[in-house]
Amino acid sequence: MIIRGDEPEQLRLLRRLYKPGNYFMQGNEALSYGALFAGCRFYAGYPITPSSEIAETMARELPKLGGYYLQMEDEIGSIAAMVGASWTGFKVMTATAGPGFSLMQENLGYAVMTETPLVLVDVQRSGPSTGQATKGAQGDFFQARWGTHGDHPIVAVSPTSGQDAFWEVIRAFNIAERLRTPVVFLFDGVLAHTRERVIIPPVEDVEIAYRRLPANEEEAKLPFGDPHGDGVPPMPLFGHGYFTHVTGSTHKETGLRDVYTPEVHDRLVRRIHRKIEKNREVYEKYEEHFTDDAEILIVSWGVTARPALGAVLRAREEGINVGLFVPKTVHPFPAERMRELAKKARAVLVAEMNLGQMIIEVERYVNDDVLLKGVNKIGGVPLTVEEILREIRGVA
Amino acid sequence: MAKKIYSTYPMVKYLRKEALPTALCPGCGGGTVLNAFANAIDGLKIDPRDLVVVSGIGCSAWIASPYFLADTLHTTHGRAIAFATGVKVGLPDKKVVVISGDGDLASIGGNHLLHAARRNIDITVILVNNFIYGMTGGQVAPTTPFGAITTTSPYRNIEHPLQISETVAAAGASYVARWTTAHVYQLIESIKKALQVKGFSLVEVVSQCPVQFGRRNKMKEPAEMLHWFLKNSVPISKAKDMSPEELEGKFIIGEFVNRKRPEYVDEINKLIDEVQGSFGLRGD
Repeated sequence: MIIRGDEPEQLRLLRRLYKPGNYFMQGNEALSYGALFAGCRFYAGYPITPSSEIAETMARELPKLGGYYLQMEDEIGSIAAMVGASWTGFKVMTATAGPGFSLMQENLGYAVMTETPLVLVDVQRSGPSTGQATKGAQGDFFQARWGTHGDHPIVAVSPTSGQDAFWEVIRAFNIAERLRTPVVFLFDGVLAHTRERVIIPPVEDVEIAYRRLPANEEEAKLPFGDPHGDGVPPMPLFGHGYFTHVTGSTHKETGLRDVYTPEVHDRLVRRIHRKIEKNREVYEKYEEHFTDDAEILIVSWGVTARPALGAVLRAREEGINVGLFVPKTVHPFPAERMRELAKKARAVLVAEMNLGQMIIEVERYVNDDVLLKGVNKIGGVPLTVEEILREIRGVA
Repeated sequence: MAKKIYSTYPMVKYLRKEALPTALCPGCGGGTVLNAFANAIDGLKIDPRDLVVVSGIGCSAWIASPYFLADTLHTTHGRAIAFATGVKVGLPDKKVVVISGDGDLASIGGNHLLHAARRNIDITVILVNNFIYGMTGGQVAPTTPFGAITTTSPYRNIEHPLQISETVAAAGASYVARWTTAHVYQLIESIKKALQVKGFSLVEVVSQCPVQFGRRNKMKEPAEMLHWFLKNSVPISKAKDMSPEELEGKFIIGEFVNRKRPEYVDEINKLIDEVQGSFGLRGD
């Protein structure tokens, strides 16, 4: 496992195995290599289309790096095993798709409540239910946000290409480690199976973060305290003699269950929220194209951001002042920037492969005098440049 | 009173004092299980720092989480063994123990139990079988005896109970034993053996829930339930010669299997060595 002190050996192996350069590969493979570069040495999963190539790549590559691939009996067991392994110090990941993501929701909430770092990749596919199992979609935007029960914050990252998946999954691991939190990685079936150029960088170019460990016995006694004031408690890992107690029930700073004192629950859940809310610089990320003078603003994410950019470029050629805003961390939403951009625009179009999900989030930051319209498509086929361009012309 | 017991009870050194007294009802078998587990740890001189105890949801899941002083992971309903699987892979040199109930491990978590036994991962499971969902108010479970009265089988239970030990033995575990809370010394010895076996081990403890089970089945006193266990326990050697009809309503006690089989984490590590060797990746 990549733990502090083990880097030289891991860097040697990574250098030896993955030569920097241009590769032609699937999004699922690019994502897997990103995870390996990020230090993921434990993967527990269950096969499901269109995510299975991630499991296959991890099963093939992890043993070379001294890492562990576990094929569990179901998705619930997969995320459970990840949480267990994370408490022993591993950086852990699983990959699944809509139905499996639904099954993982309970333990995703457990990871939020126990502040367990992990990366959960959801290769979004066309639903509901079995739907179009092999086809991509962006229908899990709100399952990522509110799929597990109770008040909880969540961080979700969504890339726009295979190359982007390589870098963004590294960023997802770093966020999980820095904030001691699960991170959802919203990939999709289109990017997952698209083969395109991916540049594997030299390992030295990859910056990886590690979770905060207790600096002393005092910190180790408070696995859910806030000694640094940023809401992120150091993580007293199992096996170090700390007698750490971890529970999904409401607990005090010591970890001991206290489900009867209202203040204990309030303090715990508010801190977990504050930890995410107050550390925006750790995860907030978006891309902008031509937003300086944009009267029409396209908001898009994931795979749809690509035809959206194509449409913006074409519309610009036609003299339309249109710009593009692409949240890369989709939860928590980049609210402040969205608000600023929406103020300057007279129309906001939200393009996504669903019947309107991110638009519900965007709506919160757009004034009533701005025209807000969804550009939506379902059926497993991505939006095209033409389709988005038509909508831009319609409001130009 | 409680304080006095804690100061004279020799196993108290293994307990989280700040969490005591336990929330278990008077007469609950959970205390016996905790005592037997502590005695087994003490007998084997296992340093609790070398232990991780994992549990799920329900009264029996509370036996060790938080009361046992070790690293303890109190997880979601049914999933303790799957969580423990991740812990064991990360800490192959530690003893990883799951203590939880029949509803937790054999009903909602039954699939994890089967597959952990099949993999033969080196985890010790102490499954406390009290035939009932105790914490939620005494509903019928897949372990409830045929004909028993519960809050959701108010007329009688029409289902037959799952034979947990037999099933886990068939699934491939290295060690399986069943005792009742009336067989404390045998139970301690079996827990000791289970902890020493390399591979998946299950100790099923038939235990009394006088509040939710006994009360509705003409055994409201804990002692009545223990008498019931003693009267109906049949050693496995004797059970072999009995017909299914004769065994109806009996508790077969003893060791079901104790065998060497390849262990899962060993096998993964072997595989890693092989792969690293074949790709020429080993360090100098």
